[in-house]
Amino acid sequence: MAHFDEKAKPFSHQWLNERLAIDTVKKVMSSEYWIPKDINFLWAMGMILAATFGLLVISGIFLLMYYQPDTAKAFDSVNYTIMTEVGYGWLWRHIHGVGASLVFLIIYIHMFTGIYYGSYKRGREMIWLSGMLLFVLFSAEAFSGYMLPWGQMSYWAGMVITNLFGGFTPDLAGGALNFPGFVEWLRGDYVPAQAFLSRFFMLHVFLLPLAIIGVIVLHFATLRIPHVNNQEGAEIDFEESARLYKDGKKKESKVIPFSPVFLSKDVFVMGVYFILFFYLVFFHFDFAMDPVNFDPANGLKTPLHIYPEWYFLWSYEVLRPFSFNIGLVAFAFAQVAFFLLPFLDKSPVVAPASRRGLFHIWFWLMIIDMIVLSVMGKLPPEGAWNIIGFGAAVVFILLFVALPFITKNEKKA
Amino acid sequence: MNSRRDFMGMALGGFTALGGIGALYAMKRSWDPLPSVKSAGFTTIDLSGAVENVLNVEKWRGKPIFVLKLAADAPKSPRQITVGGSRYLVVIGLCTHLGCIPSFDIAADNKNKFKCACHGGEYDINAVETFGPPPRPLDIPPFKLSGTSLVLGEEGPEYKKMLASGLTLKV
Repeated sequence: MAHFDEKAKPFSHQWLNERLAIDTVKKVMSSEYWIPKDINFLWAMGMILAATFGLLVISGIFLLMYYQPDTAKAFDSVNYTIMTEVGYGWLWRHIHGVGASLVFLIIYIHMFTGIYYGSYKRGREMIWLSGMLLFVLFSAEAFSGYMLPWGQMSYWAGMVITNLFGGFTPDLAGGALNFPGFVEWLRGDYVPAQAFLSRFFMLHVFLLPLAIIGVIVLHFATLRIPHVNNQEGAEIDFEESARLYKDGKKKESKVIPFSPVFLSKDVFVMGVYFILFFYLVFFHFDFAMDPVNFDPANGLKTPLHIYPEWYFLWSYEVLRPFSFNIGLVAFAFAQVAFFLLPFLDKSPVVAPASRRGLFHIWFWLMIIDMIVLSVMGKLPPEGAWNIIGFGAAVVFILLFVALPFITKNEKKA
Repeated sequence: MNSRRDFMGMALGGFTALGGIGALYAMKRSWDPLPSVKSAGFTTIDLSGAVENVLNVEKWRGKPIFVLKLAADAPKSPRQITVGGSRYLVVIGLCTHLGCIPSFDIAADNKNKFKCACHGGEYDINAVETFGPPPRPLDIPPFKLSGTSLVLGEEGPEYKKMLASGLTLKV
């Protein structure tokens, strides 16, 4: 049996340590969790995401106190009760709206930092995969949350997105891949109505956040053994560097402890980020609120032009320019394509893209293409926009098809 | 199976799986549309007051139903319903692409068409797709003729004939 000191004062350091091994936990989780020195501010995005998720949870709790998941009351409970009656209700709503938008901005920066520095391969595959799983869960969370104010965009986004689950057209493969009944099952009605609103409310406030919290823990865990990548993609002997650091040779060591050394930098970047965040919350909250969604949901009137929030525009545009069945395949591909990255990149080189020849071009083409797709997704589907959108969607798919070939013969830098 | 422990593990696993399947079935059934939702699926619309080339929008199962009385010189199509000597187009007003409501544009020479703003799909006067991503014509809701009225949700002989000849899909 473990040794318990009878004289230890309850809740003293020794008392807690004997029961919870707090010294060991602290070492493992922070003071001896080694982070490479050679990283830049882009490595702070993970903590920024965690903090933004925290803000979304807190603001969500207060919105939940007054929101009513009832098709007759939902719109007013948001736009009247929360916005005008509840003390500081507007603050929670604007934090929630701006947070939902910025969380995707930071997710994209976080993702493309990982892609640029090759942080998804050579032992870091699980970090990438759990991160992509978080992206999917956040997307579902954003979509389900967008339903709740029950405005015109909520209703019609719900209509269009759930229709995607009806599968292919009935003339394909004798209708074996067509499941209109599944769409009704998903909605609990022929159209988005009360059953739909209640179940997406449940998903938004309980099941999906629970899943997100679980996968965030997994994401952190996947990081612990392969360690964070660094700006050079250098393989660091963490044990050797840790020994140097602990011996006081901090200059010679290539690592720093997560807490308090690395965290202090994280907190600084977070400080800069929160200045932007609250500037938007207080002065530019409207960018996260589509004016069309200030009309109550109406099943007999489609808004003139339907488009998703900015963070879904690129994948929406991969769907839109094609005929139905091809569009569905292209859209499904766009959703999973980034999951495949560690397996499509055949090069063993872990280095910044700028030193990887063709991959460098691939990286910037991908960024430009996703921006073009996003812009086209927002424009109405007419004339030249259709053609540019189609071209950009084809380029998106071709970039993934080409990746194994362009990385196969990559020479070590 | 070569030990008591293996046997117990398999017995436990088997019963757990059985319970799990039962739970999944219950969960699936809880997501099903309620009987009250299913039974509210019938609507009667009166066609006698319709005016030529004016689109009426009715509601059936929460979906918009386009009712259009066609002009006498409009091109004939088996998708039309004849009631009291007049021809009508009765379709579900949801684009067969992803379910937006197309608008009705009146033009000269019977070139009237339905146009979906969401993804640019277009349909002719008989709601047959002519441009863009829609995979099929606008669906015709199940209907039964009853005097000058249509009962939506019930399948009359005229509707069954349309289904059999592939003019529309079962919705």
